[in-house]
Amino acid sequence: MAGELASIPALTRKDFVSNQDVRWCPGCGDYAILAQIQKVLPELGIPREKFVFVSGIGCSSRLPYYVNTYGLHTIHGRAPAIATGVKVANPDLAVWVITGDGDALSIGGNHLIHALRRNVDLKILLFNNRIYGLTKGQYSPTSEIGKKTKSTPHGSIDYPMHPISIALGAEATFTARTIDSDTGHLGKILTEAAHHKGSTFVEIYQNCVIFNDNAFQEVTDRDTRADNTITLEHGRPLIFGKDRNKGIRLKGMTPEVVTLGENGVTEQDLIVHDETLADSTYAFLLSRFEPPHFPVPLGVFRSIQRPTYEDMLTAQIKKAKEKKSSELKNLLYGSETWTVAE
Amino acid sequence: MAENPVLPVYKEIEEQSEATIRFCGDSGDGMQLTGSQFTQTTAIFGNDLATLPDYPAEIRAPAGSLAGVSGYQVHFSSHDIRTPGDAPDVLVAMNPAALKTNLGDLKEGGILIVNSDAFTANNLKKAGYATNPLEEGGMAKYRLHAFPITTLNTKALEGSPLTKKDVERCKNFFALGLMLWMYGRPMDVSLEWINKKFGAKPDLAEANKMALRGGYNFGETTDLVKKHYYIAKAKLPAGIYRNVTGNEATAFGFIAAAQLADKELVYASYPITPASDVLHELSRHRHLNVKTCQAEDEIAAAGMALGAAFTGAVGLTGTSGPGLALKSETVSLAIMMELPLVIINVQRGGPSTGLPTKTEQSDLLQAMYGRHGESPLAVIAPATPGDCFSMAIEAVRIAIQYMTPVIFLSDGYLGNSSEPWKVPDFDKIPKIHVEHYKDAASFLPFLRDPKTLSRPWAIPGTPGLEHRLGGIEKQENTGNVNYEPLNHEKMVLVRQAKIDGIAQSIPLLEVFGKEAGDILVIGWGGTYGAITSAVEMLQKRGIAISCIHLRYLNPFPSNLKKILDNFDTHIVAELNLGQLASILRGRFGVDIQSITKVQGKPFKTDELIEGIFKIARSRGEPKWQENSLASPH
Ligand code: SF4
Repeated sequence: MAGELASIPALTRKDFVSNQDVRWCPGCGDYAILAQIQKVLPELGIPREKFVFVSGIGCSSRLPYYVNTYGLHTIHGRAPAIATGVKVANPDLAVWVITGDGDALSIGGNHLIHALRRNVDLKILLFNNRIYGLTKGQYSPTSEIGKKTKSTPHGSIDYPMHPISIALGAEATFTARTIDSDTGHLGKILTEAAHHKGSTFVEIYQNCVIFNDNAFQEVTDRDTRADNTITLEHGRPLIFGKDRNKGIRLKGMTPEVVTLGENGVTEQDLIVHDETLADSTYAFLLSRFEPPHFPVPLGVFRSIQRPTYEDMLTAQIKKAKEKKSSELKNLLYGSETWTVAE
Repeated sequence: MAENPVLPVYKEIEEQSEATIRFCGDSGDGMQLTGSQFTQTTAIFGNDLATLPDYPAEIRAPAGSLAGVSGYQVHFSSHDIRTPGDAPDVLVAMNPAALKTNLGDLKEGGILIVNSDAFTANNLKKAGYATNPLEEGGMAKYRLHAFPITTLNTKALEGSPLTKKDVERCKNFFALGLMLWMYGRPMDVSLEWINKKFGAKPDLAEANKMALRGGYNFGETTDLVKKHYYIAKAKLPAGIYRNVTGNEATAFGFIAAAQLADKELVYASYPITPASDVLHELSRHRHLNVKTCQAEDEIAAAGMALGAAFTGAVGLTGTSGPGLALKSETVSLAIMMELPLVIINVQRGGPSTGLPTKTEQSDLLQAMYGRHGESPLAVIAPATPGDCFSMAIEAVRIAIQYMTPVIFLSDGYLGNSSEPWKVPDFDKIPKIHVEHYKDAASFLPFLRDPKTLSRPWAIPGTPGLEHRLGGIEKQENTGNVNYEPLNHEKMVLVRQAKIDGIAQSIPLLEVFGKEAGDILVIGWGGTYGAITSAVEMLQKRGIAISCIHLRYLNPFPSNLKKILDNFDTHIVAELNLGQLASILRGRFGVDIQSITKVQGKPFKTDELIEGIFKIARSRGEPKWQENSLASPH
């Protein structure tokens, strides 16, 4: 392994930049995400030809054109299924899926949940901008209720989906959230995602400057950011706030925001974040946090290990080969034959 | 074998050249098993044969109801045959519902064996009989044998430790035993099958054997059956044979194709009748490098297969009509990306859920044109169950050689029926040549081979060939996104030209009969046996009729036009409302007549002969009016 790594010429960001002109709107959050992907990929020790980027349809789904790896820009919603085929055919490849809130949660909802529950080793990055960008501004499955768009002039009457809750419910083995504007955190989460083996789901809050600008203002704004977000760190208590004096504790099954030092509350009373819990109840509870009552959690919600789909398939093939001869003739002749003589 | 009784000599033996038997009963009566056991013995005995299983859509329709009747027809002979037979010579009906739904097909003078025990007031009512039909005059035109099969079977199993209900369930083997006796077939194949199947349950094995022998001995000893029949072995070409259904042969063919291409086979599919058996069969063969995935839906199945094709495997998906509709968007993407995706469609009666367990050829237009945009692809259709094997290999060969999706149009009849199949010598089948592009310096994803117009297949993992494929229109050669009007037109034309060019790599059509004449009958896919048999019969009567059978539907073999020009009257016979006929009219401007049928059942030879006569007469061909060639009816 060490030898193999040594033989790979060191890759740089430039190796992952394709010759295509990037065509997102100026100021689109997608640029920052693309830049972080191109920064993280060369650090992984994986030869460039082993990466495959698969996307569906939407603004975010143009990303594979801009990354100089193997790539497929496919059909609206279908990327997780097509990527599953890639991974099944060659488990040795590093397969990434680029998708958006409409692509993954609306038209492609079925493929997303099944790719996650099968634990196919896919890195699924969902760029959530809470709007349809490429079709020019209709509300999406993550748009807030009451949202006025071209297709909802009277306000949306659809309750929004929580992508992390969906991923947890679908048995993703790695679930995280990050944001385009915090490149440090984005890079860190992408690196962790890259190192996870199994179905990997990262929700990335992404700003669409054209159709839904500042959708995440409460999370991105310098003034409110610290009070409206909480950074999840494994083994650390849930503390947040500008003055790092707020925390989350459990009252029975119900979480509540408390202030350290008030009413005798100390750090000992707070939930200590554990991303490795086999049971997903706690992670699910976190996935429901949203302003104004709770801070938005950023970081890894849950990361567990279990055998992947492609590894189990490969193991079945190996075992079957040990038991049965791989002579095709045995299959063709079957158990009942007869001979017709000349 | 000691267990195999010698043919009794004291009953008359009548020699026949062929016979058609239909077993029918409630779906719980085990008629599919009875039929397939009789078939297996008959095949090993050395007759040529063809079968037609016919089962209901409901898994457990109410017992005794008309909807729950399941049937299995087998046609066997001492000469070459191609169809499961028109009207049965022998009908075995295990209950009133089976009698009611099948009696109309029995030949006049045919043998009718019924289980009289099942003709209870309750069962008669469920079948809609006001009175017991066995006691009425209507049966006079058949040779009726009303045997109390349930009672006889229970007697034969006296002493068995099984419950009464389990004993009764063995009665299909009693009926099988009786039919084996009637046609002078040995019991050993079924006895051995019972041993294998019920080996772990000795009581059950013993009971089924007793039932089988009971039926056989009953035939031998009863005074009610005066004679039995002998059908000599057929003269088949020398070789090793087995029975195979179309769905089995399809699965074997794709496994073989992947091995011939030295590739893994990735089969992704979603359960759908009647294609699920292909998934079941392929799932059993992991040891042969077969990766099967049961996808979350039809669309995902197509997507997985497409992903696998991009990655360098043989990417295969399978379905039936409604599923093909769901896959069409992915198929169009495969056309745009120019990837070798293969799609099996085992057609069934439609539209919508339609007749899920019955056969039809009504997806031809969907396969040819059922996509958005200008989206040509290759379409092929096997002609017989055994031909599914060869055409599966062809599907993969064309897909890889031309970097195109290929639709393999099977149907419910082909998929489920079986025939003796001469097992091919695998070592003699030509390999499928695969060349993955390696040279980074000269690589352009859409630089075409000047001869085939195919683009290079460069697979992930190859250094320096990193490239992106997408659904957006491409610039020629580079494959870069390109929206220019003239470039788009150029690309549409070249994709079409590539598919048209496949004609250079497929065999020319062979005419069955004379190369020129009055009438040409044209068929495609699973109707081969019925059409060829009908035409052969007419040829024997001195009519200048020939037929061609299309296994390649897009593109057509290049000599099709020339053959059409050599005949005055053109008749397309197909199990739809004339889909191939309209394609041929449009393509060649030829006046085409149609024989169509949409009853969920294959053509009968007689129906075709009648249809051909009708068309010939209506066209006022004088020789058909005046001369002695009377219609068969
Ligand atoms: S429409 Fe919005 S999401 Fe799309 S590229 Fe423009 S800014 Fe980005």
